Amino acid sequence: MDCDKCGKPAKVHLTQLVGGQVKKVALCNECAAQSGVTDPTGFALADMLLGDGTVGKTPSVLPPKPSVSKGRSCPECGFTLEDLKRIRRFGCGNCYVAFRDEVNDMIRGMHKGATHCGKVPDGLMEMRQRKLRLTELRERLDHAISAENYEEAAGLRDEIRQIEVALEETEP
Amino acid sequence: MKHPADWMTGKGADNAVVLTSRIRLARNLANVPFPGWAKKGQRQEVLEELLPCVEALDCMKDGFSKPLESLSSVQKQVMVERHLISREHAARGEGSAVVIERRQSISVMINEEDHLRMQSIRPGLDLTAAYETLSEFDDEVAGAVEYAFDPALGYLTTCPTNLGTGMRASSMLHLPALVISDQIGQVLQAVNKIGLAVRGIFGEGTESLGNLFQISNQSTLGESEATILRRLERVIAQVAKHERNAREKLLEDDPDMVCDKIGRGYGVLKHAWIIDSKEALNHLSLLRLGGDLGFLPGETVALCDELLMEIQPAHLQVHNGSKLSPEERDAIRAEIIRSRLQTLQPPDIRFIKKTGGEDDTSPDLGIA
Ligand SMILES: [Zn+2]
Ligand SMILES: [Zn+2]
Repeated sequence: MDCDKCGKPAKVHLTQLVGGQVKKVALCNECAAQSGVTDPTGFALADMLLGDGTVGKTPSVLPPKPSVSKGRSCPECGFTLEDLKRIRRFGCGNCYVAFRDEVNDMIRGMHKGATHCGKVPDGLMEMRQRKLRLTELRERLDHAISAENYEEAAGLRDEIRQIEVALEETEP
Repeated sequence: MKHPADWMTGKGADNAVVLTSRIRLARNLANVPFPGWAKKGQRQEVLEELLPCVEALDCMKDGFSKPLESLSSVQKQVMVERHLISREHAARGEGSAVVIERRQSISVMINEEDHLRMQSIRPGLDLTAAYETLSEFDDEVAGAVEYAFDPALGYLTTCPTNLGTGMRASSMLHLPALVISDQIGQVLQAVNKIGLAVRGIFGEGTESLGNLFQISNQSTLGESEATILRRLERVIAQVAKHERNAREKLLEDDPDMVCDKIGRGYGVLKHAWIIDSKEALNHLSLLRLGGDLGFLPGETVALCDELLMEIQPAHLQVHNGSKLSPEERDAIRAEIIRSRLQTLQPPDIRFIKKTGGEDDTSPDLGIA
């Protein structure tokens, strides 16, 4: 077998089975050394445990280029649709909102489903519950005031203030 | 870092077939560009926010915490060989850091592909427990920072392949009997069909190096962590059972052949003066099998696992204290193995472990 990079006789063979497909890489000693595969076994043993099958696809560090904006871009980080098509990775969390349609296309077939049904961050749950409670309390306060029930309104106002302080402390 | 990690020594778990269980969680901060897209200053800010908060966690007490630029390339390489950081992370410098728990069972990479990649490794098949430990750790971090999270898409990650749970779960399996008896192809194809990823290291031809394989989840979105872990654990347990049955069958059908293979492995490792990692890995695999089958003392399994780590290039270099050429590495590798095997008695066919063999070799994987 010949080296995938330069065509010389290959000495290093790496194979993996991902997505039902067997992928093989054959390299000569020089190209192997150049790609950091100086010792195929040492290399693969560690990568096997750590990699997620994305090794060698696209470099994960992308030098941020000033993108001469062609097409849409993320309002938060300036990542463009072109960047997304090129590296199939995103610039920031808000890109997922900015490129919703593209996201839906990408994740189809990639995952078992399209909607998250796993863990939700602890703090977020609490914050959401507090915000819901806050909305409820504010409505009740309006009612209490229009009903001229000032004693209840004072109590509600205290509780609202408490929650607002707690939210300020947790929200960055 | 001088000592082997807890999961390497395999205490307390039956890890003759399933060596390790590993969970990795990917997390990012809200409203900051991901590391690959962030500007240098933004990466630095993320590091300054995350590092103290990770270091402050209870389980990181007396842990190891370093910015990557302060580590030498050999130090980084040793961490890669110990599966504590990724090769991609080792290639990074300024703006990235690594935090490792004292027993090396939890490690955290800051500013790898995602702002935060947390990992927990355990010996044996124990994915659920590894997840629970890491999930608690994750909760503590979540209490201190705001994660990028979307109700519909879950944890937002740089690469859409990690979206949702952000969880990658995997086990490393040692499957020599399935390889020797030529059933490995079928088993791996079956596992792959269920939607799990299988990776092995193959040398020339189809013979795999060290008979080691990794099984992991491919999908991270659309199912809960518990569902993903349950399926993985079920499949891995089945593959392990196939391997056990194949070991039984080999012993029954041709004990002389098995003893011969293990004996040859033993002979080479005990007497070689120059050995490359590929040859060493293949013979260590046989020795490991011998330890499990009773041809060799039971401690042989743990001894082989330690050697699998120690004979890797950066570990050899640290052992030696200076830079080594590939030729020097092969000589030192042989020397280390010889000295560790000095007191190991040769395999003896009379000591084959007597176990109640199971006939059930077919089952849910749908392998004929
Ligand atoms: Zn080449
Ligand atoms: Zn963005």
